[in-house]
Amino acid sequence: MSNWFTAAADDGLTIYERSKPGRRAFAAPAMDVPERPLDELLPAALRRAGPPRLPEVSEPEIVRHYNRLSKRNFDLDTGFYPLGSCTMKHNPKLHERVAALPGHAKLHPLQDPARAQGALELMWRLQEALGEIAGLPHVSLQPSAGSHGELAGVLLTRAFHEDRGEVRTKVLTPDTAHGTNPATVTMAGYEVVKVGTDAQGNVDLDDLRAKADDEVACLMLTNPSTLGLFETGIEEIAAIVHGVGATLYYDGANLNAIMGICRPGDMGFDIVHFNLHKSFTQPHGGGGPGAGPIAVSDRIEPYLPRPQVVRCDHAGNGRWTTPARPDGGEAGGRAGRAGEPNFDLDYDRPKSIGRLRGFQGNYGVFVRSYAYIRSLGAAGLREVSEVAVLNANYLLARLRREGVLEYLPAAYERLCMHEFVLSGAPMKRELKIKTLDLAKRLLDHGVHPPTVYFPLIVDEALLIEPTETETKETLDHFSEIVAEVLREARDDPAVALGAPYTTPVRRLDEAAAARRPVLRQRL
Amino acid sequence: MTRYTSVTEVDLREMLAEIGVESVDDLFEEIPAGLRLDRPLALDRGLAEQEVYEELRTLAAANTSTEDELSFLGAGMYDHYVPALVESIIERSEFLTPYTPYQPEISQGGLQAMFEYQTAISELTGLPVSNASVYEGPSAVAAAGYVAKLHNGRGRFVVSRGVHPHSREALATLAHGWGMRVDEAPLSVGATELPALDERVSTVIVQQPNFLGAVEDLEAIARAAHDAGALMICACDPLPLALLRSPGECGADLAVGEGQTLGNRLDFGGPSFGFFAATEELMRRVPGRIAGETRDLDGKRGFVLTLQTREQHIRRERATSNICTAQALNALAGVIYLSWLGRDGIVELAELMIQRTAYAQERLGAIDGVTLLHSRPVVREFGVALDAPVERVVERCREQRINPGYRLGIDYPELADGLLIAITEQRTRADIDRLADVLGAAVAVERRELAGVRE
Repeated sequence: MSNWFTAAADDGLTIYERSKPGRRAFAAPAMDVPERPLDELLPAALRRAGPPRLPEVSEPEIVRHYNRLSKRNFDLDTGFYPLGSCTMKHNPKLHERVAALPGHAKLHPLQDPARAQGALELMWRLQEALGEIAGLPHVSLQPSAGSHGELAGVLLTRAFHEDRGEVRTKVLTPDTAHGTNPATVTMAGYEVVKVGTDAQGNVDLDDLRAKADDEVACLMLTNPSTLGLFETGIEEIAAIVHGVGATLYYDGANLNAIMGICRPGDMGFDIVHFNLHKSFTQPHGGGGPGAGPIAVSDRIEPYLPRPQVVRCDHAGNGRWTTPARPDGGEAGGRAGRAGEPNFDLDYDRPKSIGRLRGFQGNYGVFVRSYAYIRSLGAAGLREVSEVAVLNANYLLARLRREGVLEYLPAAYERLCMHEFVLSGAPMKRELKIKTLDLAKRLLDHGVHPPTVYFPLIVDEALLIEPTETETKETLDHFSEIVAEVLREARDDPAVALGAPYTTPVRRLDEAAAARRPVLRQRL
Repeated sequence: MTRYTSVTEVDLREMLAEIGVESVDDLFEEIPAGLRLDRPLALDRGLAEQEVYEELRTLAAANTSTEDELSFLGAGMYDHYVPALVESIIERSEFLTPYTPYQPEISQGGLQAMFEYQTAISELTGLPVSNASVYEGPSAVAAAGYVAKLHNGRGRFVVSRGVHPHSREALATLAHGWGMRVDEAPLSVGATELPALDERVSTVIVQQPNFLGAVEDLEAIARAAHDAGALMICACDPLPLALLRSPGECGADLAVGEGQTLGNRLDFGGPSFGFFAATEELMRRVPGRIAGETRDLDGKRGFVLTLQTREQHIRRERATSNICTAQALNALAGVIYLSWLGRDGIVELAELMIQRTAYAQERLGAIDGVTLLHSRPVVREFGVALDAPVERVVERCREQRINPGYRLGIDYPELADGLLIAITEQRTRADIDRLADVLGAAVAVERRELAGVRE
């Protein structure tokens, strides 16, 4: 970040400030049809008075502008990014290449299924793979991100209860839940009821029992939890939730810990969402795109969003049949007729909650995630989770050896899964620097800080997720950096309090930004 | 070892020793034994990079892309040219691989790009507040409906039948959860015909241009909505806005839509981005990330995510939306594309489209058995009714490697033999002539066959 270029050559202008009347990057294709007066085609009353004030810049200026901007970003391809709950693992380069193949990238979403067989087959295979990983047989790829998958899941829950003639009004979420969980509950028209966490960091079963009643539609749970701990009482939790007739929802943000090791479906979950931009390597893009497919149990299947990608197998003699699943159950396909495409979009789903968005979902993301699953296979996916958990536990042990845990103790003294939470409360008390200051000082050391102040139940929380793609050397180095920041704070807390120093800008006034919002350039 | 992990045998021994366990399996001992999967996942073995490439290439080859045929498909996503510089910039690791900019000091590039993007969207829509993106078009319409619900708490949506069918369906999916009713305003000769509105209506939702390509009289619709104390939401396509009066100028309270046409690939429907713009009054109800300008400790200009008390990670169940990850990279492509077009270029592009579309209407409208669906102004897309079975006509065209458009009957039973035809700047006069010839011939053959059957 703190390179010679940033200081020397970056004038910090916006693209609008670079604009100069008369400059351009665009040359229009030839006007090859007889030109009619615009007034004939579009009455003046419907027309804009003048051209929109977009920048006037040449191509080289645009390229240089955005290249300069890019240098003001820290990115995963440059350095360690242990942002908890975000699974910042390597994004394989192959994926960009295959996603850009014209057969994928230039395929219109309304191309008729007979001429989009490759895309539908890819989606069907991805559905099958995700279903196997989740241990839940029916998959919809439609939701656009994790929170969109959550919304789908809670709406599926609503449809499930309504179909049985039941009116339920509440959804339970642990106090450790991602913010998206309670926000989703409200958006789906339910009331949030919070469930506490016990001294070991598990869901408080007594609290759960007290709050689980026949008004509860669903419990949304992350496992491993946002504390990086496996919910050891998950079977009991499932029994309690199912005992009152509610569904159990799995927030898949932490799936990276358990792929091939255990499966949400086997734990009793009814609905799971995946974050393809976390465990399945879709690059985060600075805030998307992602994709949030969902997998569901048999009893939820009738309500899945429309359309569903289905396969119709040719059984000979002009007959098409629904394929059987490896486990003996029936797949979500339907019987087809001779001459129909092998893969199709099924709209005929009378109990469906309907669409959540346009077309078939973020297909470009599916291409990347499918390529990833094909690259790794079953053994590779299991190794991903094993190494993710190994790396996290090693980093925790290594930080302990550096003495970091004296000031930032583990929130819970247990084996962690793929991430772990430290509490900066003693650091704040004894060294007079907060978790935020530690994070800001880490910026000067060329690493992205972990997630800060989440989960909410841990004071001065620091949530660290190294992922499986980091080397032991990187983890060692990070441990040493954190220890060094603490040593430095012991000598002089002012250093961390004023950090960062080497970044393109120093600490920014967020309060002023919110008080007097400037959300666009005045043109 | 997979090719994306790097724990050697030696590393493993040292790491386990540091942790104080014997084996990797020991790390999972908290998982109840009965839940541990006692078999490998039923997935095929992992492949080498070359093998994966080959498989993905084979799948791609089984699709008919816009490079493989002459396509007039639109209906929500359009085959516009994506300039090389867009892909070159968004493939840079610094834009491709960071997370949402939670640490602004090391995310100024992404944050400033969001600010520049918001500025462009504000300018096009004529509304002062733009967020940094939502998922895509139809879900953006649903998200706008939610803002209206939060704003006035009324129980009904009035949605024009000219709004994209996917948008109407996405809204209905969510409205059910809110216990809200969705009423449809019909189309009359191509344009929205508003019913009488009363105090139960939360918002009126129209699309500009509408699904049949027609330019709506937004001002009249906004006036009617506001007279009933309702909001007006305009779903719009950003490129025609180069020529059209902006939704904000016409009185829209919210303007949202599909951003694919701004420098994003078709990608079989996504990822693209949705844009979301609002009046000052609705600023604190807007969903998702918003970048704002501020100063650092030294007084230097910088950008941060702002107004975060709207958002799920701060406000939880009281957030104005649950959205977290949106479509930042696609929105970046959008602002780069708009900079590439520039102030004059975007008008030139839109004028080229409107002229060629007019030419296409003239050519197709002159064919026996082809009638224009309406005579309202259009920019890039228009509907025709065929006096022949549309499915058979389309198949005949496709034998000539022409995809003549979207069959309107799929969503509009009343337009069973209708075809929606999009003319982007990639379709030349020669392409349009070829469409007219092939479509005309196909319609003629089908009409002859029909006549033969009748005889």
